[in-house]
Amino acid sequence: MRRSLLARFLLARLGWAIPVILAILIVNFLIIHIVPGDPIQALIGDFPAPPGYADQIRHEFGLDQPVLTQLGLYLLNLAKGQLGFSFANRQPVLGLILQRAQFTLILMLPALALAASLGIVMALAAAPRAGSLYDSGLTALSLVGFSLPIFWLGQLLVIMFAIKLHLLPAQGMFSLRTRLTGWPYVLDVLWHLILPMFAVTIYYVAIVARVARASVLDALSQDFVLTAKAKGLSRRRVLWRHVLPNALIPVVTVIGYNFGYSLTGAILVETVFAWPGLGNLFITSIGNRDYPVLQGIFLLTAIAVVIANVATDLVYASLDPRVRSTGLRHA
Amino acid sequence: MHRTWRRFSSYRAGVLAAAYVLLLVLVALATPFLPGPDPRQISNEVMQAPSFAHLLGTDELGRDVLSGILHGVEVSLTVGFAAALAATVIGVVIGATAGYYGGALDLLVMRIAEVFQVVPSFILAAVIVALSGPGLTRVVTVIALLAWPQVARLMRGEVMRIKGLEFVDAVRCLGVREPVILATEVIPNALAPVLAAGTLIVAQAILLEAALSFLGLSSADLVSWGRMLNSGQRFLYNAWWLSVFPGTAIFLTVLAFNLLGDAIGAALNPRAEA
Repeated sequence: MRRSLLARFLLARLGWAIPVILAILIVNFLIIHIVPGDPIQALIGDFPAPPGYADQIRHEFGLDQPVLTQLGLYLLNLAKGQLGFSFANRQPVLGLILQRAQFTLILMLPALALAASLGIVMALAAAPRAGSLYDSGLTALSLVGFSLPIFWLGQLLVIMFAIKLHLLPAQGMFSLRTRLTGWPYVLDVLWHLILPMFAVTIYYVAIVARVARASVLDALSQDFVLTAKAKGLSRRRVLWRHVLPNALIPVVTVIGYNFGYSLTGAILVETVFAWPGLGNLFITSIGNRDYPVLQGIFLLTAIAVVIANVATDLVYASLDPRVRSTGLRHA
Repeated sequence: MHRTWRRFSSYRAGVLAAAYVLLLVLVALATPFLPGPDPRQISNEVMQAPSFAHLLGTDELGRDVLSGILHGVEVSLTVGFAAALAATVIGVVIGATAGYYGGALDLLVMRIAEVFQVVPSFILAAVIVALSGPGLTRVVTVIALLAWPQVARLMRGEVMRIKGLEFVDAVRCLGVREPVILATEVIPNALAPVLAAGTLIVAQAILLEAALSFLGLSSADLVSWGRMLNSGQRFLYNAWWLSVFPGTAIFLTVLAFNLLGDAIGAALNPRAEA
C-alpha cells in the first residue's frame, strides 16, 4: 500500500518534471536564434573551427529548414547527447561539462551540508528565545546573507585570509609546485577547499537559518512539545528529540528547492578562487566565446535543478505521510 | 495613508534604508555635475592606496575609485528601477488576467511562470547576455523576463481573492464591463503586496547586474560597480581597495532595497501589528 502510494506520487511528479524539461530545451533552442546574425555562430562559437564543420552543423540542425523542423532536429540531437563540440577545449561539450561538474560538487556538497547543520543549530538556539538580541541577530544575519554579492565575499576572504594573514591558499584546487598522491593529495585539496567552501556556506546559511527558525518556532508551539515538557523532560531533550525531527522537514525542502541557487553561488565563487569546476569553465567560455559550452552548462544545470526538485519531493513524501496521499507539491 | 506611513516609520531600518536610497537617487541625478575627476580619466597615479588626494585610491590605469563608485550609482539604479518596473508591469498584467479569467489561460501562464522560477536564472541571464552581446537595455530586458513570475504569482493570488468580494459584484450589477472592472476596481486593490515585491526585485536586479559585469558581461566603457570588482579580481594581491570599496557599495545598496521592501510589505499589510 505504502509503496504503491509513493510510486503514484513519483509518477505525478514526473508528469510535472517532463514538461518543464521540455520547456527548458525549447528555451535553449530559442537562445540560439536570438544571436544577432547567423544562428550557426551560437552553435559553434567564435573559436576557429575546421572548415566544413559549419556546413556539417548547418545540415545536422537543418538550419535551412522551417523552424519547427529545426526544433525537432535540435531535440533529436540533444537526445543523442550531441551538445556540440568545444574547439577551445578540443572535446565534446557533454563530456567536458560532466568532468568539470565533479569539481563543482566537491565544493558545493560539503558547503551545503555545513550550511544545513549550522543553520539548524543556529535556529534551535535562537527560536526558543524569539525576540531576544540573539534572535534578531540571526534575522539580521540572514538579511545580510541575501544582500552580499557572493563573489565579493570570496574576494574579501582571499584578501583577509590568504593575502594578509597567509593562512590559506588563495586560488586553485591543489598545490602546483609539488605532485602529491594519496592522502597528502586529499589533504591538499581539503586545504584549498576551506575558503571557497566557507564563502558558499555563508551564502547558503542565510536561507537555511531563516526557514529553520520559522519551522522551529512552529514546532515549539505544537501540543506534543507541551506534552514533552509536562512529562518533565529536560529542555535540551525536548529540543533535540521532539522539536528537531519535526523542524527538519521544511529545512530538507528548502535545501532541495534551492539547489539552483546554491549551484549559481558555487559557480560565482569558483570564478574568484579559480576552482576548476563549472564556474571556471563558464567564465573561460565567456572569454573564448565558446557558446555551445555556455548553453550546455545552462541546459545541464537546469535539468539538474528539476531533478533535485523531484528528489526533494520524494524525500519530503517519505518523511511526511500527509503529502503522499494528495500528490501535491507544497502540500 | 497616514496610518500606513506611521506603520512604515516604526521600522527604523526601513526609514534608514529609504533615506539611503533617496541619497543614491540624488547622486544618480547629479551624475553629470559630480565634483572630482572623471572616472574614465586615465592618469599617471596608478594603483595608489587610499590617501587625501584619492580618498578610495586609484586603479591600474590611475582612475579614481571614489569617482567610479559615485558614477556607478547611475548604472545600478537605472538597471534596478527599469528592470523592476518592467517586471512589475508584465507581472501585474499577466497575473491579473490569469487570476481574473482563470481557466486554460491561467493554467498555461502559471506553468510558464513555474518554468522561469525553476531554472537557474543567473546562468540563463549570463548565457543570453554572452550570446547577444552586452548593453544596458539587454540586461534590463533579460532581468525583467526572469523576474516577472514573482509578481505574476502574487498578483494572481490577490486578484483571485478580490474578485470574489462583494464590492466587485456590486460594480458588476451596475453594468460595468469585465475588463473595466479588472482594470479600475480589482487591480488597484491588489497592488499593495506588489509594491513590496517590486522593491525586492530592484535589489535582485542590482545584484544580478553586478554579477554579470563581474563576469565581464558589460560594456567596457560603462562605469559600473560589478565592472570595478572584475578588475579588482586581477589585483587582489596588491590593491585591496579595488574590491573592498565597490563591493561595499553593492552590498549596502542591495541591503537597503531589501530592507525597504520588507518595511513596505509590513507597512502595507493591515493585518500585521505595528
